[in-house]
Amino acid sequence: MTPHLEIKNLHVQVEGKAILKGIDLTIQPGEIHAIMGPNGSGKSTLANTLAGHPKYVITQGDVLYQGESVLDWGPDERAQKGIFLAFQYPMAIPGVTVANFLRTALNAKRRATGANGNSKSISIPEFRKLMIKQMELLKLDPTFATRYLNDGFSGGEKKRVEILQMAVLNPQLAVLDETDSGLDIDALRIVSEGVNAVMNPQLGILLITHYQRILNYIKPQFIHVLVSGKLAMSGGPELALQLEEKGYDWIIAAAAK
Amino acid sequence: MTEQHKPTFDIGSSGSEYKEKYGFFDPEKYVFKAKKGLNREIVEEISWMKNEPDWMRQYRLRALETFYQKPMPQWGGNINDIDFDDIYYFLRATDKSERSWEDVPDDIKKTFDRLGIPEAERKFLSGVGAQYESEVVYHNIKESLSKQGVIFLGMDQALAEHPDLVKKYFGTVIPSADNKFAALNSAVWSGGSFIYVPKGVHVEMPLQAYFRINAQNMGQFERTLIIADEGSYVHYVEGCTAPIYSSDSLHSAVVEIVIHKGARVRYTTIQNWSSNVYNLVTKRAVAYEDATMEWVDCNLGSKLTMKYPAVYMMGKGAHGEILSVAFAGKGQHQDAGGKVVHGAPNTSSIITSKSISKDGGRTSYRGLLKVYPGAVGSKSNVRCDALLLDETSRSDTYPYIEVDEDDVTIGHEASVSKIGEEQLFYLMSRGLSEAEAATMIVSGFIEPIVKELPMEFAVEMNRLIQLQMEGSVG
Repeated sequence: MTPHLEIKNLHVQVEGKAILKGIDLTIQPGEIHAIMGPNGSGKSTLANTLAGHPKYVITQGDVLYQGESVLDWGPDERAQKGIFLAFQYPMAIPGVTVANFLRTALNAKRRATGANGNSKSISIPEFRKLMIKQMELLKLDPTFATRYLNDGFSGGEKKRVEILQMAVLNPQLAVLDETDSGLDIDALRIVSEGVNAVMNPQLGILLITHYQRILNYIKPQFIHVLVSGKLAMSGGPELALQLEEKGYDWIIAAAAK
Repeated sequence: MTEQHKPTFDIGSSGSEYKEKYGFFDPEKYVFKAKKGLNREIVEEISWMKNEPDWMRQYRLRALETFYQKPMPQWGGNINDIDFDDIYYFLRATDKSERSWEDVPDDIKKTFDRLGIPEAERKFLSGVGAQYESEVVYHNIKESLSKQGVIFLGMDQALAEHPDLVKKYFGTVIPSADNKFAALNSAVWSGGSFIYVPKGVHVEMPLQAYFRINAQNMGQFERTLIIADEGSYVHYVEGCTAPIYSSDSLHSAVVEIVIHKGARVRYTTIQNWSSNVYNLVTKRAVAYEDATMEWVDCNLGSKLTMKYPAVYMMGKGAHGEILSVAFAGKGQHQDAGGKVVHGAPNTSSIITSKSISKDGGRTSYRGLLKVYPGAVGSKSNVRCDALLLDETSRSDTYPYIEVDEDDVTIGHEASVSKIGEEQLFYLMSRGLSEAEAATMIVSGFIEPIVKELPMEFAVEMNRLIQLQMEGSVG
């Protein structure tokens, strides 16, 4: 069976500096993988590379999505084919309402792929219904639809709107880049419940986090520890608890050997 | 009637559609065509052709002298290439203004059909004054307006039918000696709109006129005068499109607005001249006690635009608002902004300017905020934001502030930003192409002003921005 996502010996440079130094990782539909690691280990680089940020240069290796290399695809094409990145720091786009943006994005995807067996633009009433349903799930006030995208949003609001976008665009591969950072305990629960509600057997999730606490809500089957651009250790859910208890130092020390 | 002009935001529109809709031109067909060039005889001839009263003839001739005496302005943009002898100063496409659509000649009707005017009228217009060449050929006022005493006529017709009213106000807001191009307009003006709204009358629907240059090297010198009597309200909308020609054209209009006590006037412009047109326009309103003037001014296209809508607040409590959008593409210079003059106590004003430069285009914000002694308690806020789409484009800000009164509250903010790689990546990571992402950022940037436009114009504005972003223009 063709893997859903296959990262093979991935080396990535940012502005001439090697950040990722040979990553191998395979994700199947329905799986949640968590990537944990200390600051500066390359977690966000991996997220941005998968989404196709032009600043991140792949010097070696490959990324296969449903058996096809994504390296020649721009960020837009990757998104249209079902790859989604929830940003650690979502950008504000003043003057563009959340609703207008989401509808444009959804239509771009439908146009490109004929998703849901329908390549036509979604009607406005149909879109509204879809959006409002997902907003309720994320406990977002309906007024968010007419607010300008991330403009003046609190940290928690931004993260909830990221997951709203994920829910509406219905990707097959979602990379969540430190979605838990900057959230208080209530916001963390709401966002996590949103992710769990979107989760389905066709979706693979790569959950990038610094802390274990989000794993109290979202349950990955696989944990990987990223240290200095390499996966230093992989394991089951129990590995997260070990990290919570012992920190990263023992893995860093082991990796150094 | 016309094909349905659907207000959609579909992204996939092509340049050919733009040419189809805006770049076509019909074979020239004129009843009368003046000779090129500017002199006393031409001015006499214009006045004679229009059968004008002697005071207007004298006014034109005096203005011509003023025009000759005034030097070419050497600030703003470069206008030294304008050859005043290579321009037609008066044309008219039909003998007289028409009141009903059926009477409009077929080739002119075809042009209007392609612009979608009857469609627009069906939707929400209460009156159309469409300027084809220098004359108003089609003028239609809904009966309810006439019953309320509202006058909405072509300027030439107004001079013939309401000479006293025209004489009382004409040139009082912008004297012919105000600047070289106001003098030129005063000498050779033709067409434009005249609106009078009586005391207490609120015109609920926007009044609208379309302008179109359709003869090579033809200057268009329309003259508009709006008088809002006490406690009245009117919204006037002008939309300009022009077909694409190879040699330079000159558009130099004068718009005067008088707003009496407690009245409110909004004047909305969407201007999209072809990229060879010099657009040098003087627009000014006088607002008396508790009166409000709002300019909504969207400038796309043209080779050079120099336009600074002004509000003179001459009665206590008057309010002036100027919303300005400028988009400069390749080879274009938009020198735009606004002027607010506080001449009475407790007057207030807001200027909001948004400019976008692309492909080496240049935008300048040029504004004046003036507070005269005694205008106590006046408040003004000026905000200008510029967005640069690439490294070769340019934006400048020239905010002039002259305040001769201590008891005032003044705010001024300016920003220049570039479309960021991170913003583009964010939108593209949701499936938008780079062009769609950039268009969305630009649309968002001007949204605070676009949302003030009548719906159909907002749609048109977004569409024009889209076309500009696709680089299919110019």
